[in-house]
Amino acid sequence: MRNRLPIIRGLAAACCVGGMLYGGPALMAQSGDGTFSNPARFVPKDGERLYQSSCQACHMPAGEGAAGAAAYPALAKNRKLRTARYITSVVTNGQRAMPPFGPMLDDEQVAAVVNYVRSHFGNDYTDAVTAAEVKAVRR
Amino acid sequence: MTSNASPGAPLRRRDLLKLIGGVAGTTAMYQAMTALGLHAESRYRGPIALDGNPKGASVVVLGAGLAGLVAALELRKAGYTVRVLEYQDRAGGRCWTVRGGDRYTELGGFDQTCEFDRDLYLNPGPWRIPSHHFAVMDYCRRLGVGLEPFMQVNHNAYLHAKNAFGGVPQRYRHLRADFAGGVAELLAKATSQQQLDETLSAGDKELLLAALRNFGALDENYRYKAGRAASDRRGYAKDPGGGLTAEPVDSEPIPFRSILDSRVWQRLADGDSYYHHNAIFQPIGGMDMIARAFTREVGDVIRYGARVTDIKQSAAGVTVAYTDRASGVTSTASADWCVCTIPLSVLSQIAIDVATPMAKAINAVPYSPAFKVGLQFGRRFWEQDEHIYGGISYTDLPINQISYPSCGYGSAGKGVLLAGYTFGVHAYEFASLSPKERITKAVEYGAQIHPQYGAEFENGFSVAWHRVPWLLGCSGAWTDAMRAEHYEHLCAIDGRILLAGEHASYIPAWQEGAILSSLDAVERLHRRVIST
Ligand SMILES: Cc1cc2nc3c(=O)[nH]c(=O)nc-3n(C[C@H](O)[C@H](O)[C@H](O)COP(=O)(O)OP(=O)(O)OC[C@H]3O[C@@H](n4cnc5c(N)ncnc54)[C@H](O)[C@@H]3O)c2cc1C
Ligand code: HEC
Repeated sequence: MRNRLPIIRGLAAACCVGGMLYGGPALMAQSGDGTFSNPARFVPKDGERLYQSSCQACHMPAGEGAAGAAAYPALAKNRKLRTARYITSVVTNGQRAMPPFGPMLDDEQVAAVVNYVRSHFGNDYTDAVTAAEVKAVRR
Repeated sequence: MTSNASPGAPLRRRDLLKLIGGVAGTTAMYQAMTALGLHAESRYRGPIALDGNPKGASVVVLGAGLAGLVAALELRKAGYTVRVLEYQDRAGGRCWTVRGGDRYTELGGFDQTCEFDRDLYLNPGPWRIPSHHFAVMDYCRRLGVGLEPFMQVNHNAYLHAKNAFGGVPQRYRHLRADFAGGVAELLAKATSQQQLDETLSAGDKELLLAALRNFGALDENYRYKAGRAASDRRGYAKDPGGGLTAEPVDSEPIPFRSILDSRVWQRLADGDSYYHHNAIFQPIGGMDMIARAFTREVGDVIRYGARVTDIKQSAAGVTVAYTDRASGVTSTASADWCVCTIPLSVLSQIAIDVATPMAKAINAVPYSPAFKVGLQFGRRFWEQDEHIYGGISYTDLPINQISYPSCGYGSAGKGVLLAGYTFGVHAYEFASLSPKERITKAVEYGAQIHPQYGAEFENGFSVAWHRVPWLLGCSGAWTDAMRAEHYEHLCAIDGRILLAGEHASYIPAWQEGAILSSLDAVERLHRRVIST
């Protein structure tokens, strides 16, 4: 019973901790596209929906990025995405202020969102990343 | 549940505590632990005394959140020449309150203007102050910030889960009493049936049974069932009254199995967290009353609208480059020392002249997500219709919780609810929406708990912390492994630079952490200055 409960560790931030959230998988009402249905993991499988419910929070709807006291780099027309391994690793393991998404996405989902970003927003890289490649960069 | 004792092995006292904790929740466990004298002490030792003459030494403080403000106040008092560079046009940082008329543009250019009525507000960040946060409490006292009780636990608020109890919100007092009653009854049964004989002496057993009766409101046969004892905890079907038809009618407990099944017990102990214990407070009029009080003291040394872009040091001193946000003009500020309180999420993108261990530490810590939304309603229906005065209802809907205002009770006018405060995946999902869509969602979810939302909703305001231009997140998401590798390097003095802030504390996401970190930094800096 314990194992079925999604647990948000809250990253030790005491006031930001939801603690355990109730509702085992059986209890989770799925909304149409899987968003807003699981507090601990992203549910959508396709790259576009994943982008729109996770990356978009920071990298913005058209991948244009944003700048304030610090910046979210643009993913649109980003030459650094040429190396599939780089973006795969950043998404899975995080990098500085970019949080690791590995714990909230399975290998297929990481591959889907990476492939989506690398083939949209003015990026045109055709070498698709596979789930096995994602697994290999997981730390 | 989780007992390490293998079947048949005698339970030791510690195992028994664990068992009680696992079954009865943290209250029982905490009571037992307090009895064992395991009590943590605050690190705050009262106002710091920076004795000794700094001989005109100067300090540039980066960031005017609470960490920066405390550093400025204490260093100036000790005789330093202090300057503060702050990105925003106000001081306080996360210590922030949004009121009617306030305009806020988040990253991406999404704009909101708050439409709340006069005197209504939302604390998008910090909103409560535990009484054991001695440093925050003490600065409030010293700076004359009025406090009022923050209603953390309200027994008449709800626990709600979509698929439990037919989606009908349940009063906290019912679930709390009935769960404790059920646990106590079970444990009493195990005790009476000699199942704990290897652990407990006859005397222990007698005491435990008496304690369980008291703890769970059991009857003389150690049963938890409808009756005066249970009603006295959970409330009555019909409350005692006066005059004719005054006789109370007992209420019927919720079956223990339904509560187990519902999983809402996961939220039962929220108020038992050390950080949520009574007494707990909020500043009267909004959290930023603290920031305003500090600003009265040190506002004259703060340079607002200054975006720090580069931090250099040499044997002679520190030079900080900053851009005036209005004019785009870049200038520099020089000082003997630098206390940098810029959050690591931002600092990791600023060129800073520190040795590798500190640089690595700055780059190591991602920031957790958090989302808050406040909604204004035409009347305080939660009070008028549902008799909920302050406190928090919890739900497994993406809004996670609804908090009722801990002020203005019974007032006739409008009211603002914290209509969602959520973390993890849902916080990213809310952040991904436009401000308008977030409000629509929050109304839609909240209406499942309070149907009055439909008729009474007026307007709303949301803050998705990853979209906050000067922070890019909620708070430092340290893990134990990160701390082991980086924490000491982060807090060390590197030449003439040292860091302070929430991120340089063991109390992440609490103002106390920011202040204690700043006091510790200032003390170490002063000792260095005095000794050279
Ligand atoms: C959602 C949420 C809920 C919380 N709840 C609570 C609570 O209930 N109780 C509690 O006690 N605490 C709570 N906290 C935590 C509390 O807000 C923080 O721990 C504390 O306010 C941090 O203070 P600080 O000085 O370290 O950082 P900040 O307040 O973030 O100050 C940093 C300052 O640096 C400035 N800055 C950033 N970049 C630059 C730059 N390049 N140049 C110049 N200036 C810059 C910023 O504008 C800001 O003013 C909460 C926080 C959040 C986000
Ligand atoms: C919480 C905010 C946030 C979210 C959500 C987020 N990122 Fe990031 N991302 C960042 C930040 C901040 C950086 C810059 C990190 C650094 O300083 O190295 C970054 C950097 C990147 C980079 C490197 C860009 C470069 O030019 O080097 C890539 C690629 C990237 N993110 C992809 C993604 C993808 C894909 C997603 C969705 C799965 C995502 N990000 C979600 C904050 C975020």
